[in-house]
Amino acid sequence: MNKTITIAVLLTFIVLLLMNFFHRDKPLNLSQYQLKQSFANKHEPSVDHRQFDILKQNFKTPQEVTEACLTCHNKRHEEIMRSSHWNWERVAYVEGKGISKMGKKNVLNNFCIGASTNEQACAACHIGFGMSHNTFDFNNARNVDCMVCHDRSEEYIKGSAQAGYPDRSVNLIKVAQSVGRPNKINCGACHFYSGGGNNVKHGDLEEALLSCDRDVDVHMAANGINMDCVDCHSADEHRIKGKLYSVSSTDVDRLRCEECHTTKPHLDDVLNRHFSKVACQTCHIPIYAKENSTKMAWRWSEAGRLDEQGMPYHEEDSLGNHTYLSIKGEFEWANKVKPEYKWFNGNAQHYKLGDTVTSLPVQINRLLGSASDSHSKIYPVKVHRGDQIYDPNTQLLIQPKVYAEAKGDSAYWKDFDWKLAAEAGMKGVGLPFSGEFEFIETEMYWPVNHMVSPAEQALSCEECHARENGRLASLNDFYLPGRDKNDWIDLLGSLLLWGALAGVTIHGSARLINAYRRNELESK
Amino acid sequence: MKQVYIYKKFERFWHWSQAALILFLALTGFEIHGSFSLLGFEKAVSFHRVASYLLLALIAFSIFWHFTTGEWKQYIPTLSKLKDQVQYYTVGIFINAPHPTIKSARKKLNPLQAITYLGFKLLMAPVMILTGLLYLYYKTFDVNDIIVVSDIPLSWIAWLHTLGAWLLMAFIVVHVYMTTTGHSVTSNIKAMLTGWDLLEDDTEEKKDLNNTQNEAS
Repeated sequence: MNKTITIAVLLTFIVLLLMNFFHRDKPLNLSQYQLKQSFANKHEPSVDHRQFDILKQNFKTPQEVTEACLTCHNKRHEEIMRSSHWNWERVAYVEGKGISKMGKKNVLNNFCIGASTNEQACAACHIGFGMSHNTFDFNNARNVDCMVCHDRSEEYIKGSAQAGYPDRSVNLIKVAQSVGRPNKINCGACHFYSGGGNNVKHGDLEEALLSCDRDVDVHMAANGINMDCVDCHSADEHRIKGKLYSVSSTDVDRLRCEECHTTKPHLDDVLNRHFSKVACQTCHIPIYAKENSTKMAWRWSEAGRLDEQGMPYHEEDSLGNHTYLSIKGEFEWANKVKPEYKWFNGNAQHYKLGDTVTSLPVQINRLLGSASDSHSKIYPVKVHRGDQIYDPNTQLLIQPKVYAEAKGDSAYWKDFDWKLAAEAGMKGVGLPFSGEFEFIETEMYWPVNHMVSPAEQALSCEECHARENGRLASLNDFYLPGRDKNDWIDLLGSLLLWGALAGVTIHGSARLINAYRRNELESK
Repeated sequence: MKQVYIYKKFERFWHWSQAALILFLALTGFEIHGSFSLLGFEKAVSFHRVASYLLLALIAFSIFWHFTTGEWKQYIPTLSKLKDQVQYYTVGIFINAPHPTIKSARKKLNPLQAITYLGFKLLMAPVMILTGLLYLYYKTFDVNDIIVVSDIPLSWIAWLHTLGAWLLMAFIVVHVYMTTTGHSVTSNIKAMLTGWDLLEDDTEEKKDLNNTQNEAS
């Protein structure tokens, strides 16, 4: 009888303690394999554009190519002309601002600051031909640039500061005959190199993705399922899914992991439940800028130093990243960066041209959200910090004119005169400039969505559920088990426990002493 | 003095497996709390869950046992000798005074024990179970789903659960120490292990025995 009890008790202990050593092999997550299978067959074009006579003509201008496209695809230009890639703005409702048009036309950033008055150069990333300041006809279908997205020959490149026209070297016939579904470099030509170089802006979008392994990005890996951008960023009626919050402000047309991976992608229910408050990206993108560095800080205030000959110069770090450019200022770069984390509900408030600055640092695109908001989740974010030109009298951020072809046109990159550049820029956007300027701290937020790591590299629990120095240490508006505690309860609790221990020790010793004395008395 | 079979088989099984589970829950629980790092957070959480389900099952069985055997009556608090009992532990025990109450199979618990364990069963355990279940099922579904327990802040649930855990720890310390206050230092633990305890002759029990004999005759 006694033995059975002892055995039962021992068994309970052993079962509980040995659970640690029961390492089950993870069962196959079949849904993952189904997904992989669905991308195993690569897209094959259904037509061969080389055989169309209309594409065999000797194109003189890129507009002639567009006209040829439109003879068959005779409604597509209308879709394009409704898109934000074309309009550089979209109508959006923004908290506190109501319904307004927002986009590259009126939103600033803390990299090259803004496109306005610099369109001649900036339009290299516009899907049209001939955009220069205040001259572009947004209603002319001939100016739609089909080739920049649909060229599959890697022949097509936009000319430098050509107002969005292709480089003169481009063989338009070859391009016209090779069109098809966009692949990585079509999107990457702008989205990898935005801000003046590879990986400058995003940190998670760069040329390494053209040919990377699964450690860099499980989706785009050459040795993985090798997906193209448009496999996820599908474009029904040329309305491309996905939001870039440097210019977007509302929670519509977003692209979500769960569209493929479902809302319960893990076999473990505890992990699945994190879905309600933690974005997939938070655990599955432990670091970004895995290959090449990304720009973390840009201080315009340092721009304008010239060498002995009075010429602009540059400095590089050992990795070849510019750390100083006379025309742009001082930079900080980093790779393999741990993101910062923010509550985010898919809405953002942008600094729009003409807004007065009310707080420091200026939040160029404040991501909205909080723990108490049921729409919000914790997202990984690249924060880009810097300073940029500001008018202390009007309290406006200044849109400077930086680009011109030659000196004497008020452009900062030629004349190195902030006052002239500010005057010309602000005049160009129809805003006042007092004549005085200084530099003001700004921050910009880039939710990190790409460079998803293999599952086994995802964050472990302790990365966040840790008392000290966890990844979420800065998000303090909710209770995080393992990190948070109530100091009073823990104080009370330990007082109780130590009090109890002390109490029984004293009581026990008193009993011992008394028993000893009694024994002595008795023996006497 | 005679040997009496006082703790039945299930009772002992229940007591010791509950003790094991509570200690294991404390170990994993305080790791989840962030007090120390031993198994790793992930394992601590999953083991804490499994152990809590086991404890719930055990408690369900023990409730059934208490009611079917009538053993629940052991916990009916009596105030009559409560003061004597307190006096015994604070004074009497040091001068070798006799126990103010007599332990028997029908009356296993002295008044202080009865009221303590009743508090354990009616207050401490329910608070731990309730906050534990709320913690376990604390889901804030996304907006398109049902919201279950998100109206109670997780911090409140966690704080109460932690407070309960501290109280339990203090309880265990005192409880274990009090086992040394029997006839000998280890007699109470031996009794809980084997079921047999050396008890003083219970006159009440004799009376009862006589009564039943009378009734029978």
